[in-house]
Amino acid sequence: MRLIKSTAIQIKDKIVSGEIQAKDVVRSLFEWIRETEPNVQAYITLNEEEALKKAAEIDKKIENNEQIGLLAGVPLAIKDNICTKNLYTTCASKILKDFIPLYDAFVIDRLKEEDAIIIGKTNLDEFAMGSSTENSSYKITCNPWNFDCVPGGSSGGSAAAVASDLAVMALGSDTGGSVRQPAALCGIVGVKPTYGRVSRYGLVAFGSSLDQIGTLTKDVKDAALLLKVISGNDLYDTTSAREPVPDYIDGIDSSISDLRIGIPREYFAEGLNCDVLKAVKDALKVYERLGAKIIDISLPHTEYAVAVYYIIANAEASSNLARYDGVRYGFRASNANGVISMYCRTRSEGFGNEVKRRIMLGNYALSAGYYDAYYLKASKVRNLIKSDFDTAFKKVDCIICPTSPIPAFKIGERANNPLEMYLSDIYTIPANLAGIPGISIPCGFSKEVLPIGMQILGQHFEEKKLLQIAYAFERETDFHLKKPVFKVSSAKI
Amino acid sequence: MEYEVVIGLETHAELSTITKLFCGCSTKFGSEPNTQICPVCLGMPGVLPVMNRKAFEYALKIAITLNCDINRFTNFDRKSYYYPDLPKNYQISQNYSNLGINGYMNIEVNNTIKKIHIHNVHLEEEAGKLIHPEEIGADYSLVDFNRAGVPLLEIVSCPDMRNIDEVESYMQTLRKILLYTGVSDCKMQEGSLRFEASISLRQKGSEKLGNRVEIKNLNSMKSVLRAVEYEIKRQSIVLDKGETVARETRLWDEVAERSERMRSKEEAQDYRYFPEPDLLPVFIDEKWLNIIRDTIPELPLARKQRFMETLKLSEYDACVLTEEKVLADFFEKCVNVLNRPKAFCNWIINDLLREVKDRKLDIHNLPIQPKQLISLVEIVEKGTISSTIAKEVFSEMVQTGKDPQTIIEEKKLAQISDESLIEAVIEKIITSNPEAIEDYKKGKKNALAFLIGQVMKEMKGKANPKIVNKLLKDKVGI
Amino acid sequence: MGMDRKNIEYIAHLSRIELMVNEEEMFIRQLSDILSYVNKLNKINTENVKPLVYPLNMSNVFRDDELDESSSREEVLSNAPSTMGFFFKVPKVIE
Ligand SMILES: [Mg+2]
Ligand SMILES: [Zn+2]
Repeated sequence: MRLIKSTAIQIKDKIVSGEIQAKDVVRSLFEWIRETEPNVQAYITLNEEEALKKAAEIDKKIENNEQIGLLAGVPLAIKDNICTKNLYTTCASKILKDFIPLYDAFVIDRLKEEDAIIIGKTNLDEFAMGSSTENSSYKITCNPWNFDCVPGGSSGGSAAAVASDLAVMALGSDTGGSVRQPAALCGIVGVKPTYGRVSRYGLVAFGSSLDQIGTLTKDVKDAALLLKVISGNDLYDTTSAREPVPDYIDGIDSSISDLRIGIPREYFAEGLNCDVLKAVKDALKVYERLGAKIIDISLPHTEYAVAVYYIIANAEASSNLARYDGVRYGFRASNANGVISMYCRTRSEGFGNEVKRRIMLGNYALSAGYYDAYYLKASKVRNLIKSDFDTAFKKVDCIICPTSPIPAFKIGERANNPLEMYLSDIYTIPANLAGIPGISIPCGFSKEVLPIGMQILGQHFEEKKLLQIAYAFERETDFHLKKPVFKVSSAKI
Repeated sequence: MEYEVVIGLETHAELSTITKLFCGCSTKFGSEPNTQICPVCLGMPGVLPVMNRKAFEYALKIAITLNCDINRFTNFDRKSYYYPDLPKNYQISQNYSNLGINGYMNIEVNNTIKKIHIHNVHLEEEAGKLIHPEEIGADYSLVDFNRAGVPLLEIVSCPDMRNIDEVESYMQTLRKILLYTGVSDCKMQEGSLRFEASISLRQKGSEKLGNRVEIKNLNSMKSVLRAVEYEIKRQSIVLDKGETVARETRLWDEVAERSERMRSKEEAQDYRYFPEPDLLPVFIDEKWLNIIRDTIPELPLARKQRFMETLKLSEYDACVLTEEKVLADFFEKCVNVLNRPKAFCNWIINDLLREVKDRKLDIHNLPIQPKQLISLVEIVEKGTISSTIAKEVFSEMVQTGKDPQTIIEEKKLAQISDESLIEAVIEKIITSNPEAIEDYKKGKKNALAFLIGQVMKEMKGKANPKIVNKLLKDKVGI
Repeated sequence: MGMDRKNIEYIAHLSRIELMVNEEEMFIRQLSDILSYVNKLNKINTENVKPLVYPLNMSNVFRDDELDESSSREEVLSNAPSTMGFFFKVPKVIE
């Protein structure tokens, strides 16, 4: 089997046992990238030279029997809205073209400490604003299962990279589903941790009270490993939690008999694609077979989640993106007369339409006379949505629902209808509003052989339980082993 | 027509912490441009603020000192506006739950106390500095972000002031409070203390406020007073013409001594305040409140009153002593050991302050210790030296830092009270001045003074005058 | 409440974004759609409901007043679109 098709844990074990060298992994990975990336277009920036250097270091460490990290030699892709020192971080925006951060994000520090190898920065919707990765000012990423379809978004580059073995693991960010939805549409595992579980320091802010860095992996165990590495308290992010980080792999195979699974009826309403519905229903049968109880629940304020989200996320975004003004870094428009015109030209030329739309919507929701009607109102309804979950979790251990109402859609299909695009996040948004963790795992395929994802939601800081529940299903099925097939030249190693 | 003047002041004070409000950059004043900056205070992508506890507690300290109700659950808000010296193009400040509200501060205007209400006290971040090049026709400005993120305390008064004197007293009293509590160095020339005034006029007796005009760019207390005066004139002229004053913000021009319209109410900015999601709220419990309360010293006004009532100092003396906290502290250290308020007060106000002034010394490290002044006062009382010699000893103390005792011994300045020694000299004088004795016996009283003078001269002024006087009288026998 | 030309121009200025006429029309249309969608929130009674701003119940996190290393000025300025000497350079700002 082609080496880079294996999981992170498999690769790391082979490297530690000396069966292979980190060099080999990185080399064969970049060969595969040269072959396949032109079709998938997952990356904005590649980091081959550095990656090879790092691999050599790790091989040396192993030679000298030095202590090595939990991700020794594992090639990782990083969403391009996570700051990497001395490596371009563009947020897929023209306004940050050629921007090189002076510092590493907290999660990047952690990855480096654990000897992971950063191979590149992946494509996204500009500033993570989108659900299809079509709003990138650099390129359009294709869904590895069908190049005419979107990979989902906004972490579409990371999801497509992992699904097509262009990376062994990847980091994404999830503000309203941007990790879980592309994971579902690309047939891989995506985890959005509890708000505060992973430090946001170095994640370019979109919606500060919603953003979380998440993992995109080939299976649940890899997710458990990567999550363990990036979780934990950070003094530079006061919203990061002090809760101890458990070993997510240890006991991941524990039994889930008499687990109580809640099924929110509001999530199985009209607008849900029938293939998706069937796949999730079948998945629930698997759980029943494993001894879990399926309990019908209600999350009454679900229908308001999207509205609340687009007010709060964009209000926060409108101020988070005010700093891109052409003064201290990034792009500055020429041909400006006076400082105000410099601002306006810079931002008009630097931002794409989706970003402009959201900045204006956010400023509108905060502007004099509208604050109470929009931002404040939304914040109150947000509280109702959170208490919906609190009530539900008194009755059930977790909630299972589709990750996305539909499988991957065609590129361009929804590009001209923002509202329709927003509605495709309807199942993922509530978790961000409530700050609870969610995981999306492959649970089937549509008639068109496009992956379908199932979402498992839990209470704050119950990632460990969610991973156990996900693993129980993964062990019984082989959806996660399915790979998109596209012409592959003679494989090496 | 007769108008009532209504004035409110908005004060910004930079807090004297070592580091900025949200990052570990230094707040040192006057460093090389853009050397005290980091990703956080430059608002680089992905950074987050972390609150400086010291700055927060300083703000809390002032909120308590100004008798505010403390918001037990306070949080921060983003105030959005675009300006090149504001890195994130929003300022982290407070709007919906200010740290302190509904407070007051007592000021004194010609011996009567007036209560000025404080609308709110809150904590926010300083902006950077814009430099406008001298060269004519320059089409650019330059930005230095060293100040960006320095902790800034904003104190907003209610429109309770009615004239210039109250404005001046308010500024002085507030400045003293900030210095006394040690939260700010209040160096106006360095911009660490700034005022903005809002002024409106209304017909005497009328309840409703006139249109408010805000005045910015006031770089010294003097310019505040000038600007307020100017504005009062300007508005009364407008009103006398039967016109209405426009609600606007005006910029004070120090050189031209007049203000100019900066922006009208219509152009007023839309700050889009909303809660800062990157900073957690702060919950203030009774315990914490008490800890901070205990760090608040007695305030100048109260201290002055106490000096007058319990130590019986004159208004003037008490005022001078409490002007500078260090002086008042020095004074109290002395009085606590030896209860001679007037004596110590005189030494400090007359001699110590003169020395400090003449030698251009820093008031914050005085050249002598309280215990040294105490022993000097004791020595004079014992009569070991005369008060004239004491002055000599004092300036010697200031120069050398030596104890008075040492100086007296080294310079042999102690008075001679040994009767046998004095008697010997008296004999000598009597025998060498027979005619004076005669005159004295004839009743010429001034002859005695002459003889005393001779004795003192002979003994280089160190003889105890009382004893000389007594012995001499005995000798010539009356 | 709705989005019209006057509104969009005001919002665009607040956002420091310059819009071409045809863009204005597009954004008016799209923002109106979105706003009329989000107006569904008015159906809910939120009296006595507290706003939720912080997803976790945490508070009082501070740092001590201790110096951290600042960045190198050269590095910082190298990221800037326009500099002069040791300063960031911007078009003339008139107060
Ligand atoms: Mg302010
Ligand atoms: Zn800094």
